[in-house]
Amino acid sequence: MTRLSVPKTYKLFIGGKFPRSESGRTVEVRSADGSFLANASLASRKDARDAVVAARAATAGWAGTTAYNRGQVLYRVAELLEGRREQFAAEIAASEGVSREAAEAQVDAAVDAWVWYAGWCDKYAQVAGNANPVAGPYFNISVPEPTGVVAVLAPQDSSLLGLVSVLAPALVAGNTVVLVASSRHPLSAISLAEVLATSDVPAGVVNVLTGRATEIGPWLAAHADVNAIDLAGAEGADWVDLEIAAAQTLKRVLQPQDGVPALSLERVVAFTETKTVWHTKSTA
Amino acid sequence: MTLTAPDGLAPAERAQRILGQDLTEKSLRLHLEGLSGVDAVGLEQRAATLGTRSIKTTSKAWALDRIIELIDLTTLEGSDTPGKVRSLAAKAVAPDPSDPTAPRVAAVCVYGDMVPYAVEALGAAHRPEGGVSVAAVATAFPSGRASLDVKLADTREAVAAGADEIDMVIDRGAFLAGRYGLVFDQIVAVKEACRRADGGYAHLKVILETGELATYDNVRRASWLAILAGGDFIKTSTGKINPAATLPTTLLMLEVVRDWHRLTGERIGVKPAGGIRASKDAIKYLVTVAETVGEEWLVPHLFRFGASSLLNDVLLQRQKLRTGAYSGPDYVTVD
Repeated sequence: MTRLSVPKTYKLFIGGKFPRSESGRTVEVRSADGSFLANASLASRKDARDAVVAARAATAGWAGTTAYNRGQVLYRVAELLEGRREQFAAEIAASEGVSREAAEAQVDAAVDAWVWYAGWCDKYAQVAGNANPVAGPYFNISVPEPTGVVAVLAPQDSSLLGLVSVLAPALVAGNTVVLVASSRHPLSAISLAEVLATSDVPAGVVNVLTGRATEIGPWLAAHADVNAIDLAGAEGADWVDLEIAAAQTLKRVLQPQDGVPALSLERVVAFTETKTVWHTKSTA
Repeated sequence: MTLTAPDGLAPAERAQRILGQDLTEKSLRLHLEGLSGVDAVGLEQRAATLGTRSIKTTSKAWALDRIIELIDLTTLEGSDTPGKVRSLAAKAVAPDPSDPTAPRVAAVCVYGDMVPYAVEALGAAHRPEGGVSVAAVATAFPSGRASLDVKLADTREAVAAGADEIDMVIDRGAFLAGRYGLVFDQIVAVKEACRRADGGYAHLKVILETGELATYDNVRRASWLAILAGGDFIKTSTGKINPAATLPTTLLMLEVVRDWHRLTGERIGVKPAGGIRASKDAIKYLVTVAETVGEEWLVPHLFRFGASSLLNDVLLQRQKLRTGAYSGPDYVTVD
């Protein structure tokens, strides 16, 4: 007997829940050869606003966990990604139109990237922090602290690896993230949201919006309660305008670069603020 | 005290007009229990429908400013300090220091012993008309479990200290036990205690604490009771009990106020308090007021919001309308 396939209708991921877009809009996700894959929500500026509220509410808890614990939580995400390897590979192959081998290679690279960044959680402060020499009987210590809410426009072309390469580094220091998925290949982001919802990552730490970066980006760039923005996927959008808008509220900005961002500690440190403390030395 | 209350009730002018010169517990009971029952499903449906109205752009800007003008900025914590009351007063006068066009709130609402600090902090801005009023909760707020003498002393003290408005709680225990006359007499007595040295009266808001009255029928009866006894305002809740103000309850109280206006031509105020934290919710209340009793009720002496965190949300919305970009909690005060 022939069986009808059950295509999914995906929703957004905000504050640990999966709401529909406030606007009620959806968009068809199509494969590289133009066939129908799924329906996804088309997020509006109000969804972005709600996501920022959820992310802000989650900052204290996530930044307050110990670095070791944060590393464990992120490592657990990598484990779950590995368990869903087949699903991610199939989605990448369908969406990007690449071979099965290339898709699997991308999943492997993404899981490896996630593990690499998870490992930095309890190590980056040793590298980015410093004990400063001062002319007095004091310890003078600089430590990096999370900047707060980070808006991330995910790279448009690489569906999973590009996504992980910008999402994971923003989480390492204890920031919370509002992620705008690739407009062309949103399936990996949606599946990642499902992974995150069943992992130990607290609600609101990662919020995933599917939609157009050109539409949502300007609202996030100008939002006064967003502390930093990663413009990786702003290729189509006029990212210079986004950077100008972000400057109005003194956001940290990462400019877009070609291809998938390479693994780098700089991406972790980019979303931190340096806190310097003085402490008396014992005279004994 | 025995359960057989004295037969005659305090001579309240409104009640005498409606129920006759010889007020008795029995005539009051007959009136209140003769009120028609509330269609709960219909009421909630009506409130839900009113809540779906979409208010945008210039109407929204008007609504946000009007909400601010209708707020009783409230702090009712055991941990209230003179300093906290002073910062509340400062915020009441200039809600958004970055925008001088933001209007003042209607009043600050504090515990009775904090009234002198509020009056002092408001200074020249403290005016019952056109300025910021001082409202005090009294009568053993929030439970109302004290003797009448204590309640009256509480009220007189607040009025003497300069309170323009008194928010009293009714004795819910007596009301639920069916002793309407006792509740009635207490409201009349507190109203009398609101008399100032110059012969004027502080405005009396009667808190029904609808969350403890259990049914809509009781809310309707308590609203009538409070109005008959001389209340200038009927207020939903203390804010200490869940549920506090809800849209259906407020709609019901507005309907009583509308009926009273048709009957006598008098305008009674309504104050939903507690649980209204978002501008969007507050706008639903404005719509409900305008559709039930009319737009002329959207003035500070006929409608108030009892709120504390609502003001910050309204200010964020105002900033969004002004700048075109979403604002955040870093741009309003920490209360």
